[in-house]
Amino acid sequence: MILALIRKEFTLELRRKSVISGIGLYLFSLIFICYLTFSLRQNSISEATWSALYWLAILFSVVNSVAKSFIGEKKGSFIYYYSIASPQAIILSKILYNAVLCLVLSLLGYLLFSVFISNPVKDAGLFVLTLVLTSFGFSASLSLISGIASKANNSSILMAVLSFPVLIALLLMAVRITKNVLDGLERAASQDELLNLFAINCILTALAYMLFPYIWRS
Amino acid sequence: MKNWLKIVAVVLLFYVHIGGMLVDVPRLNILNETIRALYFHVPMWFGMVLLFLLSVYYSIRYLRNPLQRFDHLAVEYANAGLVFGILGMLTGMLWANYAWGSPWHGDPKQNGAAIALLVYLAYFVLRGSVENEEQRGRLSAVYNIFAFAAMVPLIFIIPRLTSSMHPGSGGNPGFNMYDLDSRMRLIFYPAVVGWFLIGVWIVSMRVRVRELEEKIIDIENEKVY
Repeated sequence: MILALIRKEFTLELRRKSVISGIGLYLFSLIFICYLTFSLRQNSISEATWSALYWLAILFSVVNSVAKSFIGEKKGSFIYYYSIASPQAIILSKILYNAVLCLVLSLLGYLLFSVFISNPVKDAGLFVLTLVLTSFGFSASLSLISGIASKANNSSILMAVLSFPVLIALLLMAVRITKNVLDGLERAASQDELLNLFAINCILTALAYMLFPYIWRS
Repeated sequence: MKNWLKIVAVVLLFYVHIGGMLVDVPRLNILNETIRALYFHVPMWFGMVLLFLLSVYYSIRYLRNPLQRFDHLAVEYANAGLVFGILGMLTGMLWANYAWGSPWHGDPKQNGAAIALLVYLAYFVLRGSVENEEQRGRLSAVYNIFAFAAMVPLIFIIPRLTSSMHPGSGGNPGFNMYDLDSRMRLIFYPAVVGWFLIGVWIVSMRVRVRELEEKIIDIENEKVY
């Protein structure tokens, strides 16, 4: 069931080319604006600024792209899903699908950053591992919050307001690992943060799994 | 709320205010007399966390059994917790102005506290933007539980991982088992209990006001028909 739902998400996403290219363009223009406003020459940007810019760009594009997972859907399709699938299957498929989406966005952002701005990352493996973990955490919390926001009025503002405080813990951990990676510390130095990130992910996913049926019922 | 609990709360707070100002305190480095802030600032945070916990508790009960009363209790506990949090922030800033030289220092504990307040402000925004009452109760209960869980690492774990200038962490003197001497405990614990009882008292009154308002609306509706 979950697999079928995930496959449905992917086919829908690939069919609506305008949405996916919209998200890509959003990220691209965000990074390009960063590049222009700092009017950067090669390697003139400090490492702290690099990580701040990178995580801000990722945060905004991820919030915007996951927001559509429930908000964008039509009213009728909800009733259809409700009749064919259990809420647990739906939230799990959404979380997994959005995790892939977030990971693709973060990797794309990393690529664009290294093309336009610079690539100060010294340990790419660890950095990508961090990206995987944060993408999963982002997608778990944002999927649930997008479910909440879709039921309320002015949902696009609500989405940002509700999600930022929840994401800060993840973001702080990610920024700390990024700092270690940029400083070229060895991997053992960021072990604690990675474990923390993993633990936060577990909490958020478990809660999203347990709480989603209550939102879905209405 | 029982009447004797209200009397206990008032007596305890009188005792705390008089004792907190007059009783001798130990001389610790850096802190000196400002250690008296412990009696007024720290109970606010204890109160806030306890009130938020109660709010989450009633949110869980609301999800299991959607009675209007649980929703009212959850909101009002969150409200009272928010007030305690703001007071804790203000007393902390007052203290920081003397001890650190400026009210806002970007200390991890200050940032964590600010984020905790942001979470609950978002909670009230969410409540404001859903019109259907039952749905409002359910959505805000879900957000309350989720946000509280996301906040726990932020205010309990991350400040302990980073170095902080806040008393009690990173070798600074202050609130911890060895520094807090027995005379201070005599005033500090009553302060925590007293402030918490005041919080519960405020909540019980506000819930009663809400219920009465609803009764009035019901009666007026009946008149219309």
